[in-house]
Amino acid sequence: MFKAKVLIKRRPSILDPQGVAVEKGALHLGINNIKNTRIGKLIEFDVDLNDRGAAEKEVNDYCSKLLSNPIMEDFEFTLSEIIVSGEDVK
Amino acid sequence: MNLKFGVVVFPGSNCDHDAYYSLRKVLNYDVEFLWHKDKELKQSSVILLPGGFSYGDYLRTGAIARFSPIMNSVVDFANNGGIVIGICNGFQILLEAGLLPGVMIRNNSLKFACKDVYLSIENRETIFSAKISSDKKALKIPIAHGEGNYFADDQLLEELKSNNQIVFRYADADGNISDKNNPNGSKLNIAGIVNKQGNVFGMMPHPERACDPVLGRTDGTYIFKSIANYILN
Repeated sequence: MFKAKVLIKRRPSILDPQGVAVEKGALHLGINNIKNTRIGKLIEFDVDLNDRGAAEKEVNDYCSKLLSNPIMEDFEFTLSEIIVSGEDVK
Repeated sequence: MNLKFGVVVFPGSNCDHDAYYSLRKVLNYDVEFLWHKDKELKQSSVILLPGGFSYGDYLRTGAIARFSPIMNSVVDFANNGGIVIGICNGFQILLEAGLLPGVMIRNNSLKFACKDVYLSIENRETIFSAKISSDKKALKIPIAHGEGNYFADDQLLEELKSNNQIVFRYADADGNISDKNNPNGSKLNIAGIVNKQGNVFGMMPHPERACDPVLGRTDGTYIFKSIANYILN
């Protein structure tokens, strides 16, 4: 079993109206030195597989077919093994 | 061919009944609802994907609806030349399903835009625009969306232009295009496009809300009459 953390970012060439607006908010707060705010998504889930290669393929499928839209977003992910307590420990 | 509209109902669709009402009660066309969990298109000759917030707009607008069982049938139908029109959220679903090119992002104002707009008619020779009377410089049709900012890279925009795939652009009442009349930041003021084959069409404005004369605007009927005319002749 693996814990997956997926980071989805809007491609640099695509305007992020949310990021622009949030940055304006920073100026109103007197936080003046922020540039290039971009808002993405962090998605976490577990992968019920024991083989890392198979798990990577599963996550890759999930990311490219559903979690991200490849026209406007890039994704990256990390996988960390979940150590299950008791008899399941390998 | 028989004229029959199939209006797909996703969880979160909220313009399905408006579409049904305008097609059946105002224009007197045959129309039936198609439930998203079904696969059967019930002999529809036109599939309409209505506006709304399918699946709560979770993840991205239209992202989850495209995996509904009915969408497999709709994609097959479209790939075999079937006529498909997506309105607002329906347009977003067509983009996510890859039936139309490009993506929709948040309005540049970050505000939900809900008002009448004018659309210049860029291509009068599509299945969806052929019956717009030639003296019309622009159609008056309402928009209601938070993510209607059409984005495509420069290469795709050039393709859309050279293939005449841009059908409607946001304009003033005389059909003049300017940034001032762009309600959401869409590239080239794009409000509606067709695929290369010309059988799949998406638009952000709501023609089904501009059919019944009691609502004070009827320009939406041109779009449905164009489709009906194409099928019946």
